[in-house]
Amino acid sequence: MSILVLCEHDGGTFKKTATELLGKATGLAGALGTTVSALVLGDAPAASLGAYGATKVFQVSGDFSSYDTDVAVAALRAGIDAAAPSAVLAPASFLGKDALPRVVAQLGTGQGTECTDLRVDGGQIVGRRPIYAGKAYCDVRVGKTPAVYTVRANSFAQPAAGGGSAEVVAVPFSAPTPRLTLVERKRPETTVVDLTEADRIVSGGRSVKSKESYDSLIRPLAAALGATPGASRACVDAGYAPHDHQVGQTGKVVNPSLYIACGISGAIQHLAGMRTSKVIVAINTDPGAPIFEHATYGLVSDIFETCPALTARIQALD
Amino acid sequence: MKIAVCAKVAPDTATPRITAKGDGSGIDTTGIKFVVSPYDLFAVTEGIVLKEQGKASAVHLFTVGGDSDVTVLRGGALALGAEDLTLVDDPALAEADSLAVARSLAAAIGQGEFGLVLCGKQAVDHDNVQVPAMLAELLGWPHVSLVDDLVIDGDGFTATRNVGGGVAEVVKGTLPAVVTCDKGLVEPRYAKLPDIMKAKQKKVHKKTLGDLGLSAADVAPAATYTAYGEPPPRPKGRMLEGDVAGMVDQLVDALRNEAKVL
Ligand SMILES: Cc1cc2nc3c(=O)[nH]c(=O)nc-3n(C[C@H](O)[C@H](O)[C@H](O)COP(=O)(O)OP(=O)(O)OC[C@H]3O[C@@H](n4cnc5c(N)ncnc54)[C@H](O)[C@@H]3O)c2cc1C
Repeated sequence: MSILVLCEHDGGTFKKTATELLGKATGLAGALGTTVSALVLGDAPAASLGAYGATKVFQVSGDFSSYDTDVAVAALRAGIDAAAPSAVLAPASFLGKDALPRVVAQLGTGQGTECTDLRVDGGQIVGRRPIYAGKAYCDVRVGKTPAVYTVRANSFAQPAAGGGSAEVVAVPFSAPTPRLTLVERKRPETTVVDLTEADRIVSGGRSVKSKESYDSLIRPLAAALGATPGASRACVDAGYAPHDHQVGQTGKVVNPSLYIACGISGAIQHLAGMRTSKVIVAINTDPGAPIFEHATYGLVSDIFETCPALTARIQALD
Repeated sequence: MKIAVCAKVAPDTATPRITAKGDGSGIDTTGIKFVVSPYDLFAVTEGIVLKEQGKASAVHLFTVGGDSDVTVLRGGALALGAEDLTLVDDPALAEADSLAVARSLAAAIGQGEFGLVLCGKQAVDHDNVQVPAMLAELLGWPHVSLVDDLVIDGDGFTATRNVGGGVAEVVKGTLPAVVTCDKGLVEPRYAKLPDIMKAKQKKVHKKTLGDLGLSAADVAPAATYTAYGEPPPRPKGRMLEGDVAGMVDQLVDALRNEAKVL
């Protein structure tokens, strides 16, 4: 009865959440006296996950390069049936939100969503998670088997690779006929890490005043830091940044190690999306702006001056 | 085609603080303003718009909750033009988890003949993102989540969903289906006073689990929630001082050597 970790990959390259979750699972398994297995859908270097603590990898064969809910549900089910785990850990990704609850319903078990911490208590995994958009927290405990927990990206440290190699168990799979047909996939112009998985984010507020300044203040700073650009709702609603850049209650919930808020007041609905960021930098001309109450470092200054100076300073780093 | 909309009541997102009860058994609701959960309001509005467009004949609301929820849903959702509200209310649902809620909704919705179920992409209280997909599974229907564009054409539909990383996928399918509504799908509506007055006449159908052919065992929760409390404290922050160049230097130094994130 091991802990099964869903390891997602992008065309064969494992996502950071895969190793992050394996690292955490290894600690939990030690406390529970059990082992860690991994679940991989499709073609990826499964045996390499042994370096992060997986003893077995259940690899469901098939082409999963194009997402379909029915296919994902059936594949997750096949992998879970083959592994027969006591607990399943998965990232709170699109798949973790779109497909996993259907599997949980099939299995008649329960799911703790988007936990930011996991621990062992009373011989059982317990999740701690933000609720009410992070204004409160609670524990979630799943009393049936398998107990399913999804985890917010960047909640745990990345483990160092060890020397282990995992046994790969091939799970035969014949995909069901999808009930939905994919007509079109619209990709954004630039390919940066998704906000929900990003380790660094630079966001702009209403104060950027135009799309041109968003592009000349926020994007270059983000590029210099290898960060994903984000925005407040006021910035998005004014058309300075695209909709998918919005951070907050009605946008993306993010959890980076560095969040730089440029000319953002720090409204409760914006905080809802970024308050778990490890380090928050606030740049704002108003010393009374609520964002400063949450900032690790605060700069009372003008973004039109500060952003270019910071960009240049970062670019000059070796 | 009839539309079922699942909607719940949740604290207004403008509520500055949510505090836990002393014993950690839940949140203290004193003084909190409850509203139709914002994504569910997108779902209700979308249902009404489809009815206005002649794509749907009627919009019926479903909720799992209690009498106080009816008051909020009457003014905030029924008043927008929905036909009626079915309230699943049973003492056995007091500690309901997502699957218990989904089973209750599936049983209630299964008693009607619906072509489309609209839900919010998530509720803004527990942010679980589970009930709509579970409901679709229990109904045996496909679902599309995080939809910000929906076109109904006879018994077919085309939906655009946000799958992350800024990627939008356009998918086609056949009704019946469950769709979860994201920001951008429709401009949410808020009822005007005369409509709120008229909504007082609208029917609320109360159902117990027994009325739906379910037992307490069917809704025994697998997931339990305890130890409600505050967010973990943030380390105290620091204001940087000096001119812009000086502050930028201090910031980069702090990010590298103190916070170690650069
Ligand atoms: C139901 C609901 C959902 C919402 N969802 C979201 C959401 O998901 N995300 C979100 O962000 N908001 C959301 N909001 C909106 C939120 O309440 C705020 O209105 C919004 O976050 C404000 O954006 P802002 O900080 O960019 O703008 P403002 O509040 O206008 O703040 C601009 C800030 O910039 C500063 N400033 C101005 N000029 C400069 C300059 N040159 N240099 C430096 N600083 C400057 C000002 O001092 C001010 O603090 C939601 C609201 C509601 C009601």
